[in-house]
Amino acid sequence: MKSYIVQLAATRLLPVTLILSLLVFYRGHNEPGGGFIGGLMAAAGFIFYAMAYDTAKAEKKLRVSPLMLIVAGLSFAFISTLPSLFAGNPFFTGEWISLNIPLLGKLKLGSPLLFDLGVYLAVWGVIITIIFNVMEE
Amino acid sequence: MTGILIYLIILLITALLSPILIRKGGKTAPWLLSMVSAAGFAYLLGFAGFISKGNALNYTIEWLPELYLNFSLYLDGLSLFFALLVTGMGSLVLVFSGNYMKPYPMKHRFFFLLLLFEFAMLGLILSGNLFTMFIFWELTSVSSFLLVGFNHEKPEARNAALQALLITVAGGLAMMAGFIMLGQMAGTLEINQLLQSGDIIRNHPHYLPALLLVLAGAFTKSAQFPFHFWLPGAMQAPSPVSAYLHSATMVKAGVYLLMRLSPVMGGTPEWKYILTITGAITMILGGYFAYSQTDFKKVLAYTTISALGTLVLMLGIGTDISIKAAIIFLLVHALYKGALFMIAGLIDKSVGSRDLRKIGGLSKVMPTASLAAIISLISMAGLPPMIGFIGKELIYEAKFALPDIGNLLLVAGVTTNVIMVAISLALIFNLFLGPLKYPGEKPKRPAFALRIGPALLAGISLIFGLFPARVADFLLSPAIKSIRPSIDSLKLSLWHGFNEVLLISFITVAAGVVLFLLYRKVNPLLTHFNTKVLTFRLADTFNNGLNMFLYLTKRKTSFIQSGYQRFYLMAIFIMTSVLAWYQLIYTWPEIENISFSKPGFFEMMILLLIVSSTLIAVLVRSRLAAILSLGAVGYGIGLLFIIYGAIDVAITLMLAETLVLVLFMVVIYHLPKFANFSSKASRLRDAAIALLVGGFMTGLVLKAGQLNLNPKISDFYVENAIPLAHGSNIVNVILVDFRALDTLGEITVLVIAAIGVVALLKLKTKKGSAT
Repeated sequence: MKSYIVQLAATRLLPVTLILSLLVFYRGHNEPGGGFIGGLMAAAGFIFYAMAYDTAKAEKKLRVSPLMLIVAGLSFAFISTLPSLFAGNPFFTGEWISLNIPLLGKLKLGSPLLFDLGVYLAVWGVIITIIFNVMEE
Repeated sequence: MTGILIYLIILLITALLSPILIRKGGKTAPWLLSMVSAAGFAYLLGFAGFISKGNALNYTIEWLPELYLNFSLYLDGLSLFFALLVTGMGSLVLVFSGNYMKPYPMKHRFFFLLLLFEFAMLGLILSGNLFTMFIFWELTSVSSFLLVGFNHEKPEARNAALQALLITVAGGLAMMAGFIMLGQMAGTLEINQLLQSGDIIRNHPHYLPALLLVLAGAFTKSAQFPFHFWLPGAMQAPSPVSAYLHSATMVKAGVYLLMRLSPVMGGTPEWKYILTITGAITMILGGYFAYSQTDFKKVLAYTTISALGTLVLMLGIGTDISIKAAIIFLLVHALYKGALFMIAGLIDKSVGSRDLRKIGGLSKVMPTASLAAIISLISMAGLPPMIGFIGKELIYEAKFALPDIGNLLLVAGVTTNVIMVAISLALIFNLFLGPLKYPGEKPKRPAFALRIGPALLAGISLIFGLFPARVADFLLSPAIKSIRPSIDSLKLSLWHGFNEVLLISFITVAAGVVLFLLYRKVNPLLTHFNTKVLTFRLADTFNNGLNMFLYLTKRKTSFIQSGYQRFYLMAIFIMTSVLAWYQLIYTWPEIENISFSKPGFFEMMILLLIVSSTLIAVLVRSRLAAILSLGAVGYGIGLLFIIYGAIDVAITLMLAETLVLVLFMVVIYHLPKFANFSSKASRLRDAAIALLVGGFMTGLVLKAGQLNLNPKISDFYVENAIPLAHGSNIVNVILVDFRALDTLGEITVLVIAAIGVVALLKLKTKKGSAT
């Protein structure tokens, strides 16, 4: 059941979902959103793509294996626990630095952001790993 | 004291390096290892002068002081006495093992385990905190398990090892509970502080349970009736192990614990009766079985049990003189029993048998060893001029001085000693003197390394017997004083003058000689009686119990772990909701009083959607329709969240709902149509469970709205989201900052679930492709 319309829609929608998911991930700190929701959205885009074509094509589109997403996600999450140790604070304390970037203004970066990125990647990877595997059956 | 800690570490490192040393070092390696142990002995001996003046050393590294957990070392007269015993015996046994273990291909492991045990045992003795002691205590059990099962290709050895481990570790666990109770009562687990708080503990309402638990540990370790049966089984171990662990040191750990804690817990009627009765039973039982054995090692094992019983009995009596007797008898026993076990090993090695009926007259082929054995046996019989005589005299005196049950104990003690005399004489005259008998080839003269240990120990027995005063001042008095500081110095001498005690000693010896003369006639009868008539054995009962337990566990597991997901889910649902209902029923009146605000038009429409979708999901006959309507239920709930302003939750729910729907679709695609519907009965059952769970969830939600949990928590998040976490989305800030560790755990679980799914599916494909 391959429909050209669905395939076209999936191809066009994939970048949109990804950008949207990044947006949701980024604004999550101050408004509804966050790594978990972002990860689910990114996964949804790829799953739609896999349903339109097949999982092999979708994995090709992803370029890295879903397992790599998981590995990267968990690693980021664990790495984000470390800065607190160097700062001498209790384990997992959020550490922030603010950068002054010309034109954009003040940018606050912190270990929770890295952690959230880890959540984003891990959730994305886990969902597509599970669904792709079941779809391949 | 740091020096002692360093020595312990050196010992551990030596243990770890010993396999390499034994493999590469050849003949000298065991001597080198023995030197490490002997150096410890010498180093500890250097403290004797300082300690004998009544000093004690303490060394603490704090770990969790709030829970009284520290790593502490404590050196006083008692621990010094035991530590010398452990290191001294250790060095002799290591030399002995060097030759004894030569034919074993796995001997490097043996030395590792033996040294590991020495480390653990020394740690146990020197522990200044009950938890430090517990950890070393368990380590001795584990190393004993590995050493008993050293000949692991023999099923009996494996079985005996397991039995010893299970009994001692079970006792150890009980003991740990007892230690925790002691800690709660006294507010400390440090031994030097516990020694000051005896009155608090003895008058505490939880004294008896704590005592019973601690005694469970001590009795299992020291092979007291009814736990004694693991010790004869442990004789499956190579002889050096029996000499070291199962006579001189490890089995005395329980006695050590009792001595250590007797100022803290001792002196009460409970202490006195439990210890004296258990000790007396063990003492007599050990004596009887020792007399009726034909295997030299088994004889020694049962006399060890009997001796351990005597020690516990002495501690139970708890008078000044009985404590003196206990310490001296402990030394006496370690000296002669260590020597005798080594000689048993030596005989086994050079003659190839330990059967007392088949061997005899060994003094003709091994004069030195036989002399050492005879001296040790005289000490065991409690005859002068050995130190064993002094020990036995004191034990008699202790029993004499006891007003109420003293006479009964005296009779028991005399009986046991008569048996000891008879056994000693039988062994001396049958095994070592008399005509030469051997089953196989003519035995060779044993090697020097085998002879030196027993000879030294026997020599010490003799010297201590002849010049007891020096030892008493230097070693024994400080040990006794750390059990009971009020005891004045120990005066030991071989000759007490004529008194009742000496008279009883004469009677004992005379009766012993008579029993010895009957030995050859009575022993076969008793052996027959033990094997044919007395078929009840605790060790077998224990094994049967163990098998029964395993069988029941298997049945239970196969019942619970059915392998059907629906049963697992049912069990989880039913258990959770029943437990929750139990609580909910109590709060039902409050829930009934909730007042609801009138729902608006939107809410009513969404509610209608949810309810009708639920009904469709239940009633419809196609999977696809059922799943789609379940999805509709989910979206409906998502809409409710939007209306009430929980946008984050709503988005997450909608996305999750979508993905679950997709997943279901993908799975369903592979499934056939509903072929047969479940029976009416099972549908009724499912309906009942569904109602139960649904009702529980409803009640929970209603209850949750009423609860006024500590409002400070949510206020804290609201107030601190921006200043502390630099974010205004509280949900997200909680997820990634305040409770980030939880989230980390959750994503880890997610990843594990994904790996599980992949593994399951890949496994199935593999199987599918194979068929």
